[in-house]
Amino acid sequence: MNNPVQPADLRRLDLRRLNALVIKESHQALRDPSTLLIAFVLPVVLLLLFASAVSLDARNVRVAVVLETPGAAAQSLAAAFSGTRFLDVQFVRDRREVADKLVSGELRGYVVIPQDFEQRMARRDSEPLVQIITDGSYPNTANYVENYARGVVQGWRAGLDIGAPVQSVLLEPRYWFNPELESRRALIPGAIAIVMTIIGTMLTALVVAREWERGTMEAVLSTPASVIEILTGKLLPYFALGMLSTLGAAALAVFVFGVPMRGSLPALLLLSAVFMIPALGQGLLISALVRNQFLAAQIALFTGFLPAFMLSGFLYEIGAMPAPIRAITLVVPARYFVDSLKTVFLAGDIRPVFLPNLAAMAAIGALFFMLAKRVTRKNLE
Amino acid sequence: MFISTFSFTRLRAQFIKEILSVLRDPRSRMLVFLPPILQLLIFAFAATLEVRNIDVAIHNQDAGRWSHELRQRLDSARFIARVRHVDSRHQLHELIDRGEVIAALAIPVDFSRTIAAGNSGRAQVLVDGRRSNSGQITVGYLSTILADVGAEIMPDSQPPNPVAVRHWFNPNLTYRWFIVPGLTGILALFSALLITALSIARERELGTFDQLLVSPASTPEIILSKSLPAMVIGTLLGLFMIGAGVFLFGIPFTGSFALLLGSLVLFIASVVGIGLMISAISMTQQQAILGAFAIGVPAVLMSGFATPVENMPVFLQWLAQAIPLTHFLTIVEGSFLKAMPPGDILSKLWPLMAITVATLTMATVFVRRRLQ
Repeated sequence: MNNPVQPADLRRLDLRRLNALVIKESHQALRDPSTLLIAFVLPVVLLLLFASAVSLDARNVRVAVVLETPGAAAQSLAAAFSGTRFLDVQFVRDRREVADKLVSGELRGYVVIPQDFEQRMARRDSEPLVQIITDGSYPNTANYVENYARGVVQGWRAGLDIGAPVQSVLLEPRYWFNPELESRRALIPGAIAIVMTIIGTMLTALVVAREWERGTMEAVLSTPASVIEILTGKLLPYFALGMLSTLGAAALAVFVFGVPMRGSLPALLLLSAVFMIPALGQGLLISALVRNQFLAAQIALFTGFLPAFMLSGFLYEIGAMPAPIRAITLVVPARYFVDSLKTVFLAGDIRPVFLPNLAAMAAIGALFFMLAKRVTRKNLE
Repeated sequence: MFISTFSFTRLRAQFIKEILSVLRDPRSRMLVFLPPILQLLIFAFAATLEVRNIDVAIHNQDAGRWSHELRQRLDSARFIARVRHVDSRHQLHELIDRGEVIAALAIPVDFSRTIAAGNSGRAQVLVDGRRSNSGQITVGYLSTILADVGAEIMPDSQPPNPVAVRHWFNPNLTYRWFIVPGLTGILALFSALLITALSIARERELGTFDQLLVSPASTPEIILSKSLPAMVIGTLLGLFMIGAGVFLFGIPFTGSFALLLGSLVLFIASVVGIGLMISAISMTQQQAILGAFAIGVPAVLMSGFATPVENMPVFLQWLAQAIPLTHFLTIVEGSFLKAMPPGDILSKLWPLMAITVATLTMATVFVRRRLQ
């Protein structure tokens, strides 16, 4: 930390110099329209997509009902299928008509009401009434088709069986924080973490790598400004940009997409500010390591953006991953941020959730900055 | 001028130059190939929709036989890492709030008594809605456990299963069989998109693009030679990852390899077209990379990888047809698992062809406009 050899370090933080640097960097950042595209247009697009396109709640899944018998019972079951809101049902007479459509993806599954359906109904033994075939190449949709079609059949039969036995145990689920189970409520907070990762890591990595690539970094370093001043001057505008972008995205989430905000605004700001430490630190480290925009972009993509997407618990449950990969997620800062954001939006200010997450983000950030400093010094020697 | 639109000597020289500009540096050789492959390995294991290693809490007020039975079954359930027994409703709420457990069961005092009286014993389960998807899956697992308890209470009472379910192409619904072919498309897309988006922008930033423009090389030649490195790298990466899917992950490959290879090349070509378009309008490398991101990320989200296209609003479904990945995903999933016949694949290749032609033409126009 203390390096008495450099004279610039005698006055590590001269506010006037810092101010000048911040103004210079801000101009540089705002002059390029791509900065604004990433900070303000992309978040809106992403939030829109997460609100409407990326929905884990399936609807209008295309399925067929194969009606092999014209009997009245079969007709009434078919009617039960056509009355559902979540399946987009078409009716056919022959199962050979639909098998190919499952291959081409036109259908995600089909239900066969067999020829001897009425006899099976009458026998009431363990033989199943209908067959459900799904397209297993999309496992999530296949699960959905199975569960939903099963539900329709069970519901239909329950309507017939008046003397059905009482179920001896019942599970009554209550979903806290998200009673309607809208997946977008859980996804939008995560989307903010992804946007922040792009701004913090990707943008910083690019900007600093460009300076190295062009040799202007050396030029700036040879001025009286200290390393701390230069880095602070460089990072502050992006820090501000990231915070503004978060605020904008949060406002959009709450006022347009109806995501609740049960925590407090200061908590949101604190979490975002602390998350910017590892995000910026990672960008700085990447640029110091490769000093080339193309490579910096590649590394930022593969160590910043994609892990934030896949390993943060945003889409996939971390607990279900194998142990070595769970270990990797520990150094993905977005993991802690996604968890905190979901809590601040959906649950409230819960300190036992925030404090460990804040500590982890700060620690990872400090590590990145220390490494970046070491690499930068090596670069200069 | 018209006669010299294509000269093979010139084209060859440019091809060599472009390949060298990406692969000359050993670091960039490594960074072009290694990360996507590592990502495939990591994400293939990370992306799962199962629920495992979770903690659940239980607040049991009933001292009877059936709650004991339920507790024992929970303790031995394989998806649960730890069952936390608590003494008050308040503690139950706190554990959910803190995210320490994903689900918390509350069993009322009269649980066993009600069952003994021939009525339904009700267990309430509180679920952490922040993890809405995993929460729902957990509830599914818990219902199975409760149904097992129910079967023990009244062995004959369970209604026979009214449906028989078969999952075609992937009988056990192994999520990895879906994710690996899909990741192949996504990782190849990002690699190809970044490489091409930078190709023209880098020369422009360094000022060498003007030199290229005043050289005898024609615009179509420039476009063609600029697309080559990404075509080669993207196709190689794609092939390698398809190979990993078959030999490393043991995913059945039932379709035609030749058709998949052709589709892969065409898919990369359409991505290259988009990348060149971005590159042609970017003034700096930063613009090119961020532009590639602003296009690439929404494209992946809308392609049907994360969630099915048919879940989206109709307008976005139309837009999704203009995304190469949407079509390639159908082809690659179909070729792996579904033995997709050539007719179905060809019907997806036409849109890819159209996207390629449209984007490459636009890129040429953009570059030519710079000349004037």
